[in-house]
Amino acid sequence: MYSGRVVGMALLGAVLGAAAIGSAQAAEPPLKVGLLEDVSGDLAFMGMPKLHGSQLAVEEINKSGGILGRQIELIHLDPQGDNARYQEFGRRLLNRDKVDVLIGGITSASREALRPIVDRTTTPYIYTNQYEGGVCDASMISMGAVPEQQFSTLIPWMVEKFGKKVYVIAADYNFGQISAEWNRKIMKDLGGEVVGEEFIPLGVSQFAQTIQNIQKAKPDWLLTINVGAAQDSFFEQAAAANLNLPMGSSIKIMLGFEHKRFKPPALNNMHATANWFEEIDTPEANDFKKRWHAKFPDELYINDMGYNAYNALYMYKALVEKAKSTKLEDMRKVIATGDACIDAPEGKVCIDPKSQHTSHRMRLISVGPKHEVTVEKDYGTIQPYWLGEIGCDLTKKNDKDQYTPSHLPSKS
Amino acid sequence: MSAELFSVFYQFADVFAFLILSAAGLAIVFGMMGVINMAHGEFIMCGAYVTVGLVNLGVPLPIAQILAALTAGIIGMIVELLIVRRFYKRPLDSLLATWGLSLIVTQSMLLIVGSAVRGIGTPEGSFAIGGYTFSTYRLVLFGAAVAVLVGLYIIFMKTRFGVIARATMQNAAMAKALGARTGRIYSISFGIGTALAGLCGALYAPTMTLIPTMGATFVVESFVTVVIGGANVLLGTAPAAVFLAMIRMALNASYGQIIGQIGMLFAVILIIRVLPEGLSSVLVRRGR
Repeated sequence: MYSGRVVGMALLGAVLGAAAIGSAQAAEPPLKVGLLEDVSGDLAFMGMPKLHGSQLAVEEINKSGGILGRQIELIHLDPQGDNARYQEFGRRLLNRDKVDVLIGGITSASREALRPIVDRTTTPYIYTNQYEGGVCDASMISMGAVPEQQFSTLIPWMVEKFGKKVYVIAADYNFGQISAEWNRKIMKDLGGEVVGEEFIPLGVSQFAQTIQNIQKAKPDWLLTINVGAAQDSFFEQAAAANLNLPMGSSIKIMLGFEHKRFKPPALNNMHATANWFEEIDTPEANDFKKRWHAKFPDELYINDMGYNAYNALYMYKALVEKAKSTKLEDMRKVIATGDACIDAPEGKVCIDPKSQHTSHRMRLISVGPKHEVTVEKDYGTIQPYWLGEIGCDLTKKNDKDQYTPSHLPSKS
Repeated sequence: MSAELFSVFYQFADVFAFLILSAAGLAIVFGMMGVINMAHGEFIMCGAYVTVGLVNLGVPLPIAQILAALTAGIIGMIVELLIVRRFYKRPLDSLLATWGLSLIVTQSMLLIVGSAVRGIGTPEGSFAIGGYTFSTYRLVLFGAAVAVLVGLYIIFMKTRFGVIARATMQNAAMAKALGARTGRIYSISFGIGTALAGLCGALYAPTMTLIPTMGATFVVESFVTVVIGGANVLLGTAPAAVFLAMIRMALNASYGQIIGQIGMLFAVILIIRVLPEGLSSVLVRRGR
């Protein structure tokens, strides 16, 4: 009954939406960008820079004439880290506000909650986080880094530098579980050993037992993919217990800016591979940072999520202007040519036609005892190649699925 | 071997301290006074933020922690005067009122202080036994938990205020008829409860990430401990914490945090089913 009504509303929305676009072009009304970011709740400290990045990009684009001469109207709603609210607000933006594009979502759980709703519409959805990879869905464009850009670089480097035994602390939901799976696969290929894996429920803040389990397992290094403010307490408690192990992660430093939030040396010896971190020192990056801090002087750190959120709007602008249309279909034709690129503060980034994920310039960074960040290695531009290799090709077929190393497309 | 034994004790002490410190304030406010204080976590948050703020101003940590607990206590007495006092005969409405207060406080903190505050770092000090290293501060937390239990026992069992307070909680009308100033008793008791919540936040502040919703990580454990403890909080809370800490520690050590959490909550369901009056009902019956 309820879902029937929703489908009905969605259909009605699509019809009305088409009509609105038809009549819109004459009067040049603004483009509506729907944004779902948590600015309260456990993830607010990450979501706030995402909202700021979006606001900065919208302001800049509007000042320089908008997209195809149309101004952008940003409609931000705060789902407060609640997946049910993500769905409710997603429907509201898609069906009632009839946004031209939907952007946002922090956790992978929130993205997977949104995706089926987006898939029932013809609205493009841009996910702006790094994540565990594998989503093969024509409605979704991913702006963040994925495991072949983050884990396939970081884990071999950690194994070579520190040793073959790793202990994993991961948040217990799809992001943590699938990232741990990636680690198992890469460690196996390298002949390494996963000496322990611990999945932590979100919201847990006490880690004395975990710290002892780690000491018992005697790993050479730790993979820390714990998520949220509560779970980040691990670093403080591990430092207090003098655990003193090298750490690697796909989300620490550039995303959670733990090195700014904790007192040194809690994050000492943490490593990550990132397409963006505020310490990047290039003219383009410095210019970007200057504009950001001018608009948001109180920002503790410009994290990669906020940076990707900023890029997402410029990528959307590039797609719409090349397609001369706001329709997903037309935008995907541009993506299929492989020409969907922008000059981002990190350098040129392009959308891969097969997976609709973004290429990134990846750097391996480490944190020192005073929480200073050093670039250890520059990998240059890395393509999001994995989905294409396993057989996802959105130019031919829309799978609407998320693949993992243990869940590959069926050969047909 | 001795390293393993000590490690078991250390883990037990760690969970025990967390349960006692987060539950002590609630034991008074909810257990004794019957006020379902949904803003309990926010008093914990208040203690943590005041501690960090004072340390950043240059106040030494222990003094900052005591001042933070006092601050939470004073705010608690103000809240009692303005809000809670009107709901003593309407416990379910007190749930709504304090929940609303909790929402207002967390969102205001988010707007005023921002989404994240830089931590102050745990006081230095760790020691090694066998292959393990331990943080000294965690043992300080355990010591504080025991001190809180002893302090509560002395206040409520050995002082004149304690006798009058218990009389007021049992039968306010009779106590009033005998000359007790029940309004003031309620106010002070509520203040002690929120001061203890503030103390919990103050003690855990150096070891955690400070965010406006941090109180939520304590709330489940605190309610569970008080409910399991049962009607007589002074007798029940400590055994409840010992019992839950043993279960959680054993499961954490063998199966990880998820099973530890599930197991502890499962044990809670079983106990409420078998002993609806909580652990203290058994102890009180034995005592008679």
